[in-house]
Amino acid sequence: MIKTKLAFIFPEKTVEEPITYHLITDYGVRVNILRASIDPGKQGRMVVELSGEEVQISQALNYLESIGVLVSPLAQKIRHLEDRCTGCTACVPHCPTQALDVDRDLWKVSFDPEKCIVCFSCLETCIYHAMAVEEQFA
Amino acid sequence: MDKTIEEINEKIRSGKVVVFTAEEIIDVVREKGIKQAFREVDVVTTGTFSPMCSSGAFFNIKQQNQKMKFGGGFAALNGVPAYAGLAAADIYMGATAIPDGDPRNSNGRPGKFRYGGAHVIEDLVAGKKVLLKAGAFGTDCYPLRSREQMIGLDDMNDAFLFNPRNCYQNYNVAVNLSDKPIYTYMGKLKPNLGNAYYCSAGQLSPLFNDPYFRTIGIGTRVFFCGSEGYVAWPGTQHNPVAPRLSNGTPQTPAGTVALIGDMQQMSPEWLRAVSFTGYGVTLSVAVGVPIPIIDEDMLRSVSVTDAELKAPVVDYSRYYPFGQGEAKLGEVSYKELKSGNIHIKDRNVPTGSFSSYALARKVAHHLKQLILVGDFLLTQFQAPLPGAAIGKEVAE
Repeated sequence: MIKTKLAFIFPEKTVEEPITYHLITDYGVRVNILRASIDPGKQGRMVVELSGEEVQISQALNYLESIGVLVSPLAQKIRHLEDRCTGCTACVPHCPTQALDVDRDLWKVSFDPEKCIVCFSCLETCIYHAMAVEEQFA
Repeated sequence: MDKTIEEINEKIRSGKVVVFTAEEIIDVVREKGIKQAFREVDVVTTGTFSPMCSSGAFFNIKQQNQKMKFGGGFAALNGVPAYAGLAAADIYMGATAIPDGDPRNSNGRPGKFRYGGAHVIEDLVAGKKVLLKAGAFGTDCYPLRSREQMIGLDDMNDAFLFNPRNCYQNYNVAVNLSDKPIYTYMGKLKPNLGNAYYCSAGQLSPLFNDPYFRTIGIGTRVFFCGSEGYVAWPGTQHNPVAPRLSNGTPQTPAGTVALIGDMQQMSPEWLRAVSFTGYGVTLSVAVGVPIPIIDEDMLRSVSVTDAELKAPVVDYSRYYPFGQGEAKLGEVSYKELKSGNIHIKDRNVPTGSFSSYALARKVAHHLKQLILVGDFLLTQFQAPLPGAAIGKEVAE
């Protein structure tokens, strides 16, 4: 069983396809939708975590490719700029996955990229510009 | 036997002074008791590092051969307008000023406020140059009508922070009772009590440790963003007449101080520009105040703990902006706030802070070191802050 975080970009024509349904029922892949922005008639974007056997996932990805969905490893990553961080904890209550956490003895904020779902909440709440988006071109 | 500030300064000069931070003193008093600890301890250092919007800098810009009267004209630094209603070369850059072209809160989107007066101040303190653009109407004695030049602190005769209100003695805990997220000066508040923000160093905060302003007054020397600064005046909105707990600490925002310090002595380590999404730009400043332990009562005051300091919980969706609804949803201790969760209206509400306790601690330790090596002497204030003269009889 493997887990992978991916971003799907849907062209307009595939927005109406029940893609998640197909992934689950046809390929037996577990789909955890982390973020989605899908409007009928427009390009859609979805960030998911897929888990399943390697073969199931690769078949599922073939299917997505065949219908014109662009699949890329999570295209953006969040970085914690420790030298800018004051450990104030403003980001902590807004982080939905506890990727940002605080040691309450040292008052040091830590960031676990594995838990991050790139929701951008911390970018909005960090007043010290200590969270940044890193674009990745996979 | 009470101690005088002069006696304490003598100990600092001779290297015999005993100093603890306002956090360390808690355990010292717990172990030794007030009487024994009083005999041993001379100074307790406090610290805070937090956004303080009522901050800004006065600049006197060196004239060129052909002189210019900024006063009555306009001046901007990196596009951020400064106040130019003073003498020829004096301007004031407020921390919250933003450039005219800033997108702000447009099209329903919360503005990002990435650059403003605080950033200009931070850039200058970091040794960077900023673009001065100024315009004037020209006079016989000040003929120059416009000036555009990169300038740094070296191009100024004077540059000092003069913050009309810093170091709030206690502050509200902000929550949102509405069903929509709101963007406030206390951060983004999620709907339906989704989170709570506080903003104080609690047991390390300067005015929490001297609740009746017995040692902090006009003329008190303080550590201010890396400089030796001074309390210039009671801060704006200084309100000693606040409800207080039996330990003397206020249960609402109360005392404040106006601070002055030389920007040439400051460091970007102790001063940071900040951007509140949907609200604006402001400046975080580091302040450390040394408290002379003049008597046992003073030692009692500085040994106050987070568990004994309480803040009011206030709704920022209706009560704060409109004065509608319940004034106070509850009262919580800083110990609870710092645990990461508080209970309000039977709900478990996650907390966060804008005041950095890590840096407050660093300030208090830094000031302690300065005193231990004899680089920082204590001062007797020249006049008390209002409220101090009344001693413990401050009315509610």
